[in-house]
Amino acid sequence: MSGDHHDDALISRRVRRLETLLEEKGVLSGGALDEVIDAFLSGASPANGARVVARAWTDPAFRSRLLADGTAAVRELGFMDGSYQRLRVVENTETLHNVIVCTLCSCYPLRLLGPSPSWYKSESYRSRVVREPRAVLAEFGLGLPADTEISVWDSSAETRYMVLPRRPAGTESLDETELAALVTRNALIGTAAV
Amino acid sequence: MARINDVGGMQGFGAVDTTDDTEPFHADWEARVVGLFNALRAQGLFNTNEFRDAIESIPPARYLTTSYYERWFIAICALLERKGVLAPGELDGAVGAVGPDGLARPGGSAGLGQPGGPDA
Repeated sequence: MSGDHHDDALISRRVRRLETLLEEKGVLSGGALDEVIDAFLSGASPANGARVVARAWTDPAFRSRLLADGTAAVRELGFMDGSYQRLRVVENTETLHNVIVCTLCSCYPLRLLGPSPSWYKSESYRSRVVREPRAVLAEFGLGLPADTEISVWDSSAETRYMVLPRRPAGTESLDETELAALVTRNALIGTAAV
Repeated sequence: MARINDVGGMQGFGAVDTTDDTEPFHADWEARVVGLFNALRAQGLFNTNEFRDAIESIPPARYLTTSYYERWFIAICALLERKGVLAPGELDGAVGAVGPDGLARPGGSAGLGQPGGPDA
């Protein structure tokens, strides 16, 4: 994250000054930013991804559609956003664990996962998870059996990924809403299990 | 040639700080920068690919010492200069020169490092 308080005050002053300059030039109108900031975050939440997962756990036909064409399947639930073209959903199994990254910057399915955590955008995560995923997952407290294969999916401007975690044992009696409540953002990224 | 943002597989960045911050912004200015990006893009002043390119063009030494949204701000300023909305150095002049750790370059550009400048 950004450095100390002094840096923060400095850049804050520069951002404000740029806003004023752009308003003076007629490029921005006053109050325009507040609206777009609200719009940027509205409707973006890991609860959306969790709903998709819970539906896949309880509806085998939806699960098949989701894995075959994630874009179309999440659109059924109204969760596709316009900032990318393709969503690919990758399923964890007994022998395979998936984790997502954007090595180049920060591409991420915002609508489904909510605002990305700082670590997702950090050089440490981006550089290392493709090289030593098992070690990085251990730093998140996720220990995987040595014979579990790990697939790392590197996002791009066009294609974003979401992990379909494994449904925990002993949840047969839970309904879709209760199941969705078990699914965390990190489980959708692949740095946690459910 | 790979640019500095292409860090996949690089070594030496250390352990991941796994702190689970759920707040999208850690200072008000970060939200304002995201607002600036979205508002200016919506007006067609630049598109997302130009914006990405501007971030990826930040000189390595500066890229590695700035935070995520500082890079956004640097890229926005660079694009505004490139598009002629801001004159070179206009923002610096408006804010006043600051020390070497700040974003402003005395008499320099608000945007990308200039040849011969501190980033070269």
